[in-house]
Formats: sequence, C-alpha cells, structure tokens
Amino acid sequence: MIFSSELQEFTGEERTEVSATSYRVLIDVLVAKYSRLSFDQLTDLAVAIDGVIIVDPLLEPLSSDTEVHFLHFVAGG
Amino acid sequence: MSEAREYKYIGQRSIRPDGFDKVTGRANYGADMTLPGMIWGKILRSPHAHAKIKNIDTSKAEALSGVLAVATYQDFPTADKKADLARNILADDKVLYHGHAILGIAATTSAIAERALDLVDIDYEVLKPVMDIRDAMAADAPLLHEDMITEGYAEAPTTASNVATRLEMKMGDVEAGFKEADVIVEGDYYTPTVHQGYIEPHACVVRYDEDGQSMIWCCTQGHFDVRGSTANILGMNLSKLKVIASEIGGGFGGKTTIYLEPVALVLSRKSGRPVKMVMDRDEVFKASGPGSATRNWVKIGAKNDGTITAMQAKLHYEAGAFKGSPMMMGCMTAFTPYAVENMYVEGFDVVVNKPKVAAYRAPGAPQAEYAAEMVVNEIAEKIGMDPIELRLKNAAKEGTQTIYGPKFKAVGLVECLEAAKNSPHYKAALKENQGRGLAAGFWFNIGGQSSVTLNMNPDGTGTIVEGSPDIGGSRASMQLMAAEEMQMPAENFRPIVADTEHVAFSAGTGGSRTTFATGMAVIEAAQDVIRQMKERAAAVWNVTAEQVDWADGVAINTAGEDRLTAAEICKGAERTGGQISGRGNINARGAGPSFAVHLCDVEVDRDTGKVDVIRYTAIQDAGKAIHPSYVEGQLQGGAVQGIGWALNEEYVYGDDGLLQNPGFLDYRVPLASDLPMIDSIVVEVPNAFHPFGVRGVGESGIIPPLAACAYAVSQAIDAPIRDLPCSPPSVLKVIQENS
Amino acid sequence: MAKIHVNTSVNGEPVEFLCEPHETLLDVLRNDLQLTGTKEGCASGDCGACSVTVNDRLVCSCLVLGAEAEGAEIGTIEGVSNKDQLHTIQQKFLEHAALQCGVCTPGLIVSTQALLKENPDPTEEEARYYLAGNLCRCTGYDKIIRAVMDAAETMRGAA
Repeated sequence: MIFSSELQEFTGEERTEVSATSYRVLIDVLVAKYSRLSFDQLTDLAVAIDGVIIVDPLLEPLSSDTEVHFLHFVAGG
Repeated sequence: MSEAREYKYIGQRSIRPDGFDKVTGRANYGADMTLPGMIWGKILRSPHAHAKIKNIDTSKAEALSGVLAVATYQDFPTADKKADLARNILADDKVLYHGHAILGIAATTSAIAERALDLVDIDYEVLKPVMDIRDAMAADAPLLHEDMITEGYAEAPTTASNVATRLEMKMGDVEAGFKEADVIVEGDYYTPTVHQGYIEPHACVVRYDEDGQSMIWCCTQGHFDVRGSTANILGMNLSKLKVIASEIGGGFGGKTTIYLEPVALVLSRKSGRPVKMVMDRDEVFKASGPGSATRNWVKIGAKNDGTITAMQAKLHYEAGAFKGSPMMMGCMTAFTPYAVENMYVEGFDVVVNKPKVAAYRAPGAPQAEYAAEMVVNEIAEKIGMDPIELRLKNAAKEGTQTIYGPKFKAVGLVECLEAAKNSPHYKAALKENQGRGLAAGFWFNIGGQSSVTLNMNPDGTGTIVEGSPDIGGSRASMQLMAAEEMQMPAENFRPIVADTEHVAFSAGTGGSRTTFATGMAVIEAAQDVIRQMKERAAAVWNVTAEQVDWADGVAINTAGEDRLTAAEICKGAERTGGQISGRGNINARGAGPSFAVHLCDVEVDRDTGKVDVIRYTAIQDAGKAIHPSYVEGQLQGGAVQGIGWALNEEYVYGDDGLLQNPGFLDYRVPLASDLPMIDSIVVEVPNAFHPFGVRGVGESGIIPPLAACAYAVSQAIDAPIRDLPCSPPSVLKVIQENS
Repeated sequence: MAKIHVNTSVNGEPVEFLCEPHETLLDVLRNDLQLTGTKEGCASGDCGACSVTVNDRLVCSCLVLGAEAEGAEIGTIEGVSNKDQLHTIQQKFLEHAALQCGVCTPGLIVSTQALLKENPDPTEEEARYYLAGNLCRCTGYDKIIRAVMDAAETMRGAA
C-alpha cells in the first residue's frame, strides 16, 4: 500500500503493509488504521493495483503481494 | 495478447462506412435538424467581464410579436442545481466573463429572437476584471467567488482567494537531486488561452412534450453525459430524457460539456414548441471551451553525462470563471517521460474572468510538458549532448515509477525516440535562419464504460450498435475489429451510434478511449455472438458446444464433417432459439499510455518575425493501429493543432476584460497554405490489456508540438523563447531584444 | 418586412423561394431549401464550410444574399456526385481518409472542384493556397492535399 504525497499528510507515512482480501476490506482497514483518513476521501479516488489503473474498484479482489496506489481520476479530451 | 498474431482485417485502410454521407453532404450535424413547428432560441450574453446583475427586465422583449418564451437561471429548479455548471449555463446574480450567458429567448424566427435580446434591460454593477494568474493571485485581487477557500493545504486558509486548489506531488528528494547536478536550468514559461477551434459551432434541437418526455438532438462527444447533466440541472428522471447524438463537427474535448441544452428545454417547455439553438462563431469563442492559459516554472538538474538528477515545477493554470482547470493532469504529466528519482511538482488552479475552461486534447498536458521539454532541450544544449540521446538516457520504460502512482507496464517512448533518430528528417540539413526542435509527450489514455450490442441479421450480416459518437472515423475501426474477431468481411458489419434509449450507458468519446474501450466492447459482443453461433450449430449437430470450432466465419464440427456458415446459422436462428445478438457492456481497464516524439524544423523571417514550419515529423506509439490512415490522421491533426498553439493562437483581451478576437480571422488557426506535409511514423508497442494491443492515439499528438516548434524558433533566431505563441510580433521582439 | 421572390437554379434544377432581404444564401439553402450539406462554421467568410459556386464562381454562401441568387446558377455539395456515382474528388477524399469529423468536407470538396476546373494540374503549393480559405481543424491538411493531388491526376487521366 503506497500513499501519494497528498495522502501522506493524512497517514504520516509513505507506505504500509496491510492484510486485505478485497478493495472493500482494504478501505475499512485503512480508515480504522489512520484516524484522519475518511471513507469518502478514499472512495473518491481511483486505484492502481499492480500498475493497472482501476476507476471503479468496488468489487476488486486483492492478493497477498499486491501493490496498491490511490490516485486521482484522469479525464480526457 | 498473442504477440505473433497475424491479422486479416485490422490494419487495413478500409473506406469508412459513414464516409459516403460525409462526402455528399447527407450527414446530419447539430444544426442540420428541423422539427415541425420548430422555433429558434438565442442567448443574451454579458457585455462585461465581471459585474453584478442588479436587475433584469424582460417585459419589452416578451411583448415583441413572435417571442414565445424566456428562460433565466431562476427556471432551473433549486434542488437539483449542479452549482457551477448551471451558473455557467445561465448566470445567477453575477456575470463572470465577457459573453457569460444570462438568459435565453425563443421566437418564431432567429431574427426576432435576436431583436428581442436587444430589448432586455439589465442593470449591472460593473466590477474590476481579473484577467491573469498573477493579478488573480495578488493579495488585493478582486474576488470572483467570495466564498472560495483554497483546497489542498493541510491547514485550510482562513480567507477567500481566487486560488481554488493547490496540489503537491513528489518522489524522492529534489534538493538532494539538485546537489548532485553539474548543470541546473530553470525558466518561467507562459502559454495563452487557446480554443479547440472545432469548425462546427455548438447546436441543439430539443422538444419537451406535455408529459415531460423530452428529446435532445445535439452535437456532443458524449450524449449520455448530456443526458446526465441536463437531467441533473432540470431535476428530471433519466428515462424522461432521450439524447440523440448528431454527427459531430469536431470537439477536441470542447464538446464534453453542455451549454445550450437545459436552456433550450426550458424554452421548449414554456413555449410548447420544439426549439433550435445554434451558437454563432463569436459565441463559441467567447463562451465555450477554451484551454487554460498557464504560467509555469520549471527547474531541472543533470550530471554532465546526461543523467537527470532532479525535476521541479510550479504550475499555475487558469480555470476561467469557475474552478476546475486540468492543473492536476499537468502535475501528473509534466515530467512523466523521464525515469528520474527526484521530482517535485506544485500546482495551482486559479479562477479568472474568462470563460470556464473545457477539456482540450490531453487536457493540461501540453502546457506543463511544454515548459518541461523546453528546459530538457536547454540542458542538452548546455552539456553538449544530442537531445535524443539525453532523452534515451533518461527515458521512462517498463517498470519506471510514475509520480502519480503506478509503475509503467510496457511503453513505447524509447521506440519513438529511436524512430526519430533514424528518420530522414533528423538527418536533413538546415539552412540559414532555420532551426530544429524536438520534444516528447506523455498522455495516460483512459478506459471506462462502453456498451455495444451486435445484432445479427437473418443473412449473417450484423449491426454494431455502439454509444460512442464518431468524431474521427471510429466506426471504421469498430467494423474492422468486429470483422477480425468474427473472421468475416468488414462490410458485413454496419456500425451505428445509437441514442441513449437504444444502447446502454457509454462514456463519451474522449481521453483517446473509443477505439480502445468501445473496441473492447465490440470484441466482447462478437465473442458473445460466436459463442451463441457455436451453441446453435452444436444443437443442430447434436454435439456439445465445446466440440464446435469457429474459423473464417464458419462453425466446424470437430466430431464430424459438418460445417455451418454464419449466414446459415442466422437464417436458421428462428428454429434454434430465436435471433442472435451479442452484448459487450464493459468498464474497460488497462488503458495504455501513448508516448509521442515530434521533430519540427522552422524558418524565421528575421525582419518580420514570421515563422514557417518547413519540415515536420510526428512519431507516436499506437499500440496497434486498427485503421492506419485514421491513426496517422490523429498524429497529423494533433501536430497541426499544436503548431497553431505554438505559433499563432491566443485569446486577446483588452484591459476591460473584453475578448478582442472572437473569430477565425483574428484567432488564427493553421491554414493549408501555412503548412508542409506532416510526416507520421506509427510505432506499435502492444498494450497487453487490449486483445489487439490498442492504446488509443487521439491526444498525445498535441503535446510535443509546443516545445518542438518553440525550441526550433529559438534555435533559428539564437535567442530563448519562453512565451507562446511565437507569433510574428512576439518573435520579432525577442530578436530585437537579443541583437 | 416584405419577402423577396427569387427564381434561381440549384444544381441544375429550377428553384424559386421567398427570402427576407437580409437573409444570406447560406440560410436560404439550409433553412428554406433544406440543403443542409452546406455548413455554417463562422458566418463571416473565414472558414469556407459554406463554400458553393454562383455562376461557376467559388464563394462563401454566408457572404452572399439570398436575393442575389436571382437568375444565377448555384452549385452545392448535393450536386457534386452523379446519381449513385461519387465524383472522383469525393472518392479520393474517402480513399485517402481526408476527413475526420467531416464538417469541413462539403466545403472542401466544392472548393476542390472549383480549383480543378480552373487549374487541372495544380502544384501542391497552388492547391494549398487555393484551399487556404477552407479551414479543417482535424486533419492537419496532409491527407486532404494528397486526396486533391490524386484526384487531379486521376481526372487528367480520364479527360
């Protein structure tokens, strides 16, 4: 789990290891772990799971060695 | 992704299926629709850049014979107002830019509607306009929005300002990186407000029925988004609103939002008549689009061997009258062509008294990458290294960590740089007063939702029903992808862009996503059809579907000698379970970035400052070019829009905040006579997430031209260029200041 | 305001219409005669999307009054193809992918036809300058110029 410089203001650290089997569990774990992070704040962001950007990760499963980044939505022209 | 796959249909230069209508004038664009009983709507626009509206009196206008309805902001139901968008479509109590829409009037003819606009009395309290980032960020700047508190600081500011958002992105330690550098170059760069410049003005024809059932016909990049935004502003249920996408006469991001549609629907409801609204060209310039003006500072450090050690930027983007410039994407793209450990980017989204910006081809990227690429070129010059070699030494590749999060999968920047190095262009000799510039460009590309139904006909042909407006030939690529997957001739498939009632939700045509994402949906729908065809054949042969193969559009019984063609299966469908149709409703993932590298040679007339592009090569990674001609067309078209941005295009405002050049005579886009042929080289590094390797090519091509052209000019005149455009007066000024 | 009665010919067919004195030929074609192949891009003569011919002369129909069509022969995009046969210029635009969005295409085809009538063997530069009044924002003109040069060559071969 790697945090952007923006999220680091809320987590106080750049990376952490957490145990989560899905995106939904991950969000709950992170919100519980970092009191300043909110559910909405995280779910407003897209994620990259092992380098693949996923805009709607609601049902996404995670495995033990997965690398997850939160990032902003990108819109195009 | 099978690397060695031989393609039978994709990669062909087929005739686009919608082409006949487009070369004969039959194709119907936004303004080409007429409905029985239709009347005309016009918009009254602000003559001031910044003013409070104290009173509006429409009584004289309403009394004019032929006037049937007036619509103002008060007609938007409060509960469902999407604040900024609604207040941009019709001003509330304040006008925020020259041309800001205030009200709409519908009359039996457009001439009467225009006369009625003149009869509206508005009492304004004129305020001082804020026309530039520096003025907007000054401590004593007049405020556009008195409640705007800058977002993005850990401690929120206590006072309002014109800065909507501040953003920071970092990797590593730039200070440490600069300490390692032998050479450091920094500079301030300005890019002006520019317009997408699509030739077709915004237009719509709408009808509101007595039961509230409504229809919008309009030119848009995304008719489902028109439906969503309009329904939101008017408090409507989505099933009440049908949106039909007309053919679209260019968009480049500028037709991803709405301007006229809610006003037209209110006018139609109030008058009981269908209403047509078409913007004049000066309205398009004054009140739609544009792309952000920016003031960007970039600092880069490198070792003498060419290793870049640190990259830093401070980016300021004008949002126009309401927050929401593509500043964030500027931060994400500025340095992304480079594999450098230490990066720090700070961005500011600033409101000014100009029209609210809209997406413009790779929104946010050209401005930031312009400044970055100019500095990279200067670094190369300082350390005496070839600019391609410098980039090759630092190029982003598979595994490179990006500043915005993930590491890259396979990308084609190195391949593009190698192609540039080996091009005849790079070897061509330059003459006196000529210069060469090179720049790279990065853009993400996006995936997203696309829905496709493939309806098979009883003769084995099929209709591809998609929801992505075709802005540059995408129907041709859908046809080729269906043909490839089905292993049947392309002309058997007719692609159509369906309205919001005849296909499921599809995101708009933008973000270079259509051939990638809608293409994936076409492939999935085709696979669904093949699966059903095999099942039908299996049922006829009394075998299992697993025992049936599909090749060249024919079902083959692997347990016997039987064959059934697609036409035979479709003809017999009524007896084997009903008609066959395939579905591909997806949310596409795995969009592949498309890198571009451009080479530009210019010749400068030192007496006038006029710049001529004499040689140009656009190189880009397409992943896989489904229809090579239209891929080349995207590279060439992007290059020329970028050339216009670099050399001539800019909004010119007076001190009064009024736009002085709202027309094609004075806002000068490139003409055929301004240009040479644009050589294009299509690189193909497949995107592993698309069945055929597609990345998407629509946007990256507009990124490199800004720096490629401006750097070429600086080489030709032997003086630094910082501000765009390199128009004759500004280039002449630089020549004179440096001689 | 009294309307003006105009007798004219459009694409070889006799046409009569009533128009307001201020109404442009472009508006008459599009709104009164339903010939919407001719496009409006600027209404100020800068973009060429409304190119038509009046007595074989290439004009922007947004700069011509409807009333000026009296007794004239008007040529529009709708008259370029011959029944179900595309004109060579149209065919070459398709083959060379010389259109993306297609909204400038009718004007460009009408202008190209006028160019090749005046000059069947233009140089690339002559073609670029003749078509400088027709803006295209999508293609960068490369494929348009190639289509025009190819059409010119094909038409010379057929003549």
